[in-house]
Amino acid sequence: MANGTIAISEKSFFEEGTTKQASGILSWLLSTDHKRIGIMYLFAIAIFFFTGAILGVLMRLELIAPGRTIMDAQTYNTIFTLHGVIMIFLFIVPGIPAVFGNFFLPLQLGAKDVAFPRLNLLSFWIYLVGAILVLISLFVKGGPIDTGWTFYMPYSVRTTTNVSLAIFAAFVLGFSSILTGLNFVTTVHRLRAPGMTFFKMPLFVWSTYATAWIQIIATPVIGITILLVMLERYFGVGIFDPALGGDPILFQHMFWIYSHPAVYIMILPAMGVVSEIIPTFARRTIFGYRAIAMSSLAIAFIGYLVWAHHMFTSGMSDTAAIIFSFLTFLVALPSAIKVFNWVATLYKGSIDPQPPFLWVMNFIFLFTIGGLTGLVLGTLVTNIHVHDTYFVVAHFHYVMFGGTGTIFFAALYYWFPKMSGKMYNLKLAKINAALFFIAFNTLYFPKFILGYMGMPRRYYDYLPEFADLQLISTIGSWIMLLTIILIFYNFVSAMINGKKAEANPWGGVTLEWHIPSPPPLENFDEIPTVTHEPYDFSQLKTMKYIPKGESYE
Amino acid sequence: MSNHAVNIAHKHRDDIGARMGMWLFLFTELLLFGGLFLIYAVYRHEYIAQFRVAAMELNTTIGALNTIILLTSSLTVALSIAALQKGNRMLSILLLIMTNILAFAFMINKYFEWSSKIHHGIYPGSEHLLNLPNGQILFYGLYYIMTGLHGLHVIIGLVFLTTVLAFIITGSVNKDNYVKLENAGLYWHLVDLIWIFLFPLFYLIQ
Repeated sequence: MANGTIAISEKSFFEEGTTKQASGILSWLLSTDHKRIGIMYLFAIAIFFFTGAILGVLMRLELIAPGRTIMDAQTYNTIFTLHGVIMIFLFIVPGIPAVFGNFFLPLQLGAKDVAFPRLNLLSFWIYLVGAILVLISLFVKGGPIDTGWTFYMPYSVRTTTNVSLAIFAAFVLGFSSILTGLNFVTTVHRLRAPGMTFFKMPLFVWSTYATAWIQIIATPVIGITILLVMLERYFGVGIFDPALGGDPILFQHMFWIYSHPAVYIMILPAMGVVSEIIPTFARRTIFGYRAIAMSSLAIAFIGYLVWAHHMFTSGMSDTAAIIFSFLTFLVALPSAIKVFNWVATLYKGSIDPQPPFLWVMNFIFLFTIGGLTGLVLGTLVTNIHVHDTYFVVAHFHYVMFGGTGTIFFAALYYWFPKMSGKMYNLKLAKINAALFFIAFNTLYFPKFILGYMGMPRRYYDYLPEFADLQLISTIGSWIMLLTIILIFYNFVSAMINGKKAEANPWGGVTLEWHIPSPPPLENFDEIPTVTHEPYDFSQLKTMKYIPKGESYE
Repeated sequence: MSNHAVNIAHKHRDDIGARMGMWLFLFTELLLFGGLFLIYAVYRHEYIAQFRVAAMELNTTIGALNTIILLTSSLTVALSIAALQKGNRMLSILLLIMTNILAFAFMINKYFEWSSKIHHGIYPGSEHLLNLPNGQILFYGLYYIMTGLHGLHVIIGLVFLTTVLAFIITGSVNKDNYVKLENAGLYWHLVDLIWIFLFPLFYLIQ
């Protein structure tokens, strides 16, 4: 990274677009600029996240006490299904790759855009169409889907709700995911700046790259599976219907062959973001760079081989169950490699506890709990005790929301100044991080105990002995809602009247911190030549944008 | 700035990248069908005798004819690419039109094949089919889904090839910039390849 030699144009990408219109909504909606597309994703995803969160709060409100509180059982079924569908397909899966991958992958590679800018815009539009289809399925005749987000057979064929439309929406969203994935893989292979070898790429790029491969390889399988569900509903083909000789367990296999790797689509980019934030705030090069990079690929690979751990109680052979249990343990290794390397990076680092860093600390705590309880679920004996109970619900919320969701916010706090050119309220952001920690554990930790006591997931009603813990969890959901509103408030007010951000507020050294905030349309007027390792902090001395009040001698 | 923009537009052309993107996409298509082949394998294993009985009903002659048609169309599209590379635009256009005609012929054959089956009351959910044993229901279910999905890909391929044909006629796809034609050809080969697996699985193994 030949510092200080990168020539910069005057206008930012906010002022200058790729379309004929210089301003107005169309200059955004038709823009092929990866940065504008990333920001459009951010808006869409923020809206869907908020919708999903409200649905979650409604569910918790229903469960505040035994018996009927605010809705009937059928409404409850549709609400938890929609909460799952929206959060999984519209928020967590696309979240970090679509927003931050789009915005920062080309920046970190030293490229002017992704490999296929028009395809990138198409992916965004396909995503929107899919999202709109989900919304339409709420209102057309038949009513919202009530199968749970896994669409398990044979119920998904028998129910009269709008299963076909909702799963078609998931199919469309899968297309968007595939196109984004192949765009990113090609970008990484073709558009690295001179000198940027694979082992000089920032770790966020590595993890996005691994994710993109999973998107390409896994998504078609769920595509065909849910297409079969649709055909089965319309024509009665019988592939999964036991009455016609089909096998519902086969549906579960086909579903999880995709959906388990998809779990790694959700978490890998988050791990990449952590690997960016930790060196920046510890002012230290990352420990075990190659191990972290390779562990991303290892997770992507092993992630394919573990799907059947969702089916230990479905009637597989014992041998298969033991093999899948073993393979599930195996995936903990590369995850642990990452966590230990992050901790090792912090050791003797000069830590600057700014908001993004605090969110990463939240992540490490919550993700570790999520990961360790994953071992409880991966072990055959304990799995049979807690299968399909609240324990599972708690586990995947710790992993997905505590993992990916937390890091979505961390990434937003880390890169917001670069994306918008504005700085948010740091004090409020720190309070938010603490509040999130409290809210999260109040909301989800009781579910571990509930599950261990035997409360099944997805149930509308429960026995009186579960009432206290359910109440605590519901109170947690209110604190969580407050936290989310505060986060929204912080960013929106920063957008409106935040003070101007520095080009490099945190003292980062990857390529995106070498250009002004917000970046100009073409990112780099002159493509940089990379000479340093990605986290070599000695280059801070010579960088064009040195953060205020810091010296590095 | 305008000068600069032209420069960028020129730079954005990346034939290797475009080919790589196409290969990755074809990979996803293979996996899409891969899921179906997996299901086919599972049920063939489970209902081996009934699959055999059901497969006897299919018309091997039409299947073989369609195989020949599709293989020939793969040849013509490959020749069309070679012709354009050598600068023979007219020949390339002609060969591409031939490819399209062959694709049409495939679909017409398919139409007659399907409609005769449907005429005999063999289609998903029909009374006749529901009275047959489970293995046969599954065989015909898979037959309609897999050849149907393949037919859909033939139609998509037709649209793709026709679009590129229009580009060749207007000259934006030419001797020096033929990656779009190559990619359309790749897609067409994939359609052909999948049929080469479907044909023996449904028509030949008995």
